Parts: sequence; C-alpha cells; structure tokens
Amino acid sequence: MSNNMSFFSGFQPHDLLFMAEAAGQTLLISVLSISTGTVFGIIFGWMLQSGNWVVRAILGTVLDVFRSVPLLIQLVLFFNFFPIMGWPLEPFAAGTFVLSLYTASLVAQVARGGIEAVGKPMRRAARSLGMSYWQDMRYVVWPIGLRAVFPAWVGVALGVMKDSALVSVLGYVELLRASQILITRTQEPFIILAVAGAFYFVLSYPLSKYSQKLEERWAS
Amino acid sequence: MDYHFHWRPVFQKLPELLQASLTTLEVAVLSMIIGIILGLLLALARMSPIKPLRWFATCWVELARNTPALFQLFFFGFGLGAFGIHFAPYFIVLFGLSFNNAGYLAENFRGGFQAVPDTQLRAARSLGMTIPQAYIRIIIPQVLRIVYHPMTNQMVWAVLMSSLGMMVGFRELSGETQFFASKTFRIFEYFAVTALIYYAIVKIILGAAKLASIRLFRY
Repeated sequence: MSNNMSFFSGFQPHDLLFMAEAAGQTLLISVLSISTGTVFGIIFGWMLQSGNWVVRAILGTVLDVFRSVPLLIQLVLFFNFFPIMGWPLEPFAAGTFVLSLYTASLVAQVARGGIEAVGKPMRRAARSLGMSYWQDMRYVVWPIGLRAVFPAWVGVALGVMKDSALVSVLGYVELLRASQILITRTQEPFIILAVAGAFYFVLSYPLSKYSQKLEERWAS
Repeated sequence: MDYHFHWRPVFQKLPELLQASLTTLEVAVLSMIIGIILGLLLALARMSPIKPLRWFATCWVELARNTPALFQLFFFGFGLGAFGIHFAPYFIVLFGLSFNNAGYLAENFRGGFQAVPDTQLRAARSLGMTIPQAYIRIIIPQVLRIVYHPMTNQMVWAVLMSSLGMMVGFRELSGETQFFASKTFRIFEYFAVTALIYYAIVKIILGAAKLASIRLFRY
C-alpha cells in the first residue's frame, strides 16, 4: 500500500487554468508598466534631447543608473526602501513602480534617438513654414521619429515583459512564480516549465516577428 | 521615519562582496566566451543550406530571445532534473547565460556577416588568398567592427543577468548579498552597496571596451 502513496499529485487540467491566470498577471503588470514607462520615457527622452546641460547631466546619470544596475537588485532595493520611508507597498505596486522606472530609462534612450532621427533641416523647414514648436513636434517629429524607432520600442517592451518574471522575487504570483508553486506540488518540473515557456513564447514571438516585418518594410 | 541605517555590517563584509563580484565577472566572461563560439556556429548554421541544421539554430535563437532569462536558468536548474540531469548552481548560471548569450549574439553575427558583401570574399580569393586567409584577414575584421558594439552590450547584459544566480542559490555578488542581508536584516543597506558595485563593474566594462575599440579599430 505504501508504494501507491505519494505526497505529490500530478499535473492536472485545472493547473493549466492556474497557469493561464498567472500568465494574465504577467500580462497585467507588463502592460501597466510598459504604458506608464513609455509615457515617462518619452518625456525624459524629450528632456534629454532639448533640455539644458544641467537637466541633461542629472537626468542622464539617473537613467544610466537604472540601466546599469540589475533589475533584480532594483526590485529588492525599492521593495525594502518604501517601508523605510513609511509607505509600505504591496509586491504588485512596488513591482509596477520599479518596472515602470526601468522601462522609462530604456524608452528615454529610444525616444531621444527618435527625435534625433529627424534631421535639423526638416525641423527648420517646418518652423519656417510657420509651425509652432509644438506643431513641429506633433506633425513632423512624431510621425517621422516614431517610424525610425518603433521596432526598437517593441524590443524594449518585449524585454520588459520577459523581465517582469523577476517580480516573482517580491512574492508576486506571475507566470514563473506560479510554475514554481506547481513544481513544488507536482514534482514535474519539465512539463510545467515547458508550458510556462510556451506561454512566454506565445506572448513574445508574434510581436517580435511583427516588428521585424515592419522594420524590413520601412527600411526599403 | 524611525528607521536607522546601519552601514557598518555592510562595510565589514565588503571584502567578501568584492570577492563575490569577481565570481560574477568570471561567470559573465566565461558565458560570453562560450556564447561567442556558440553564437558564431549558430549564425553559420542559420545561413547553411542544410535544413535540419537551420531549423535547430532557429529554434535555439527564438527560444533564447523570446523567453525570460530567469526561465532559461530555471530550465537548466530544475527542468532538466526530470531527466536526472542535475547541475551545481555555478553551472546552472553558466549554461543558462551561455544559452542566452549565444541566441542573442547569433542574430548579431548573422547581421554582421550579411552586411559584408560577397564580392569581398571573391576579391580576396582572386588575390590568391585561401578561404581561411580570406575569412581571417578580410571578412572577420569587417564583421567584428559591425558586431563590436552589440557584443559590448551583451557583455553588460551578461553581468546584469548573472544576478539571477541569486534565484538558483548561486553565491555570486547578488547571491552573496542576499546571504548576508538575510543574516543581518540590513537588506536595504546591503543591496544599495551591491547596486553601486554593479554600476562600477558596468562602467569599467564599458570603459575598457571603449579603450580596446580605439586600439582595435585604428585603421
């Protein structure tokens, strides 16, 4: 009888549902951080491009730090910093905050590149046609710059989506954390990790192929 | 704010942390070397006329690029355990990073090779060079120039990704920090110092790469 007894139960269909839910959590935190980070990243990129040297030096250095320190360290650091300041945050909020900042630091580079991709003569021409600074930004720089850096932005976004797996270190149950939980129960690491990998792949692969296509089409 | 910062325990462990950052560098450099070799082979395999070879290389590259690095580490750490293959934490990180580096570098190398026109090889051949000579003296130097910057970036990524060793029980810089932090509960202080060390490592790598590029690309 003891031979048939096991502390572990196998991988069951409803576990797949649990993982799909967790994939939803991954998607949720990714979409939230990528959109917030992109908005701030564009603003920072614009400041880096057109601010005076004080702004450029300070903002440039701060964003550089966010790009040069491992995301895992940033997450642990901020998660432990908030309670010190007196406002403890939940893993989800802290994770979103750090991921957004991290996204912003990467998008700032991309956005600056986009603005610089629009030549000076083009912008002078726009201004001499009587456009205001913001009209020039909206109708000349935005469409041309967007085209130049959109594939790079997709790369950043997909990178953040994959990096959101690190939020599991704070205890937020996203896809990878969910698979760890299931592995502990079922002791079937291979199949569960394969399913998790497939989820990530399905989220990431089509978008990366799509942006590659766009890049090729716009290059010609 | 009734929290008191205690930096002394961190400074007392600074030698250990610096020692651990050497481990971080070691695993990053090794994974980079393996990654470059595998990446070159993968790039060549993706351009080869043999279908299974191309298919295998494409699978590797797409898997490495479209799944999180942490997932790849877990796969080497726990996933292969299903087949009775168990690695020490050091090798989990080394293999995971090498797998990842190879996938990303393969794409860079492929782009580099495609950017050098075929006529270069033919011209070199017609000057009497053998194929290895033409590759070593004509093609590779040009490819190197194109992939140098992406390779530097990948090296930085390798250092940053090695911090994931913390999640699989490897005592590199992050793992060591985690170990000491959980002993003393000075989590913020430890990780703040570690963040500074990582920043310094990244700056040193970028600076060294810049110096090397001046020396390498004189002509």
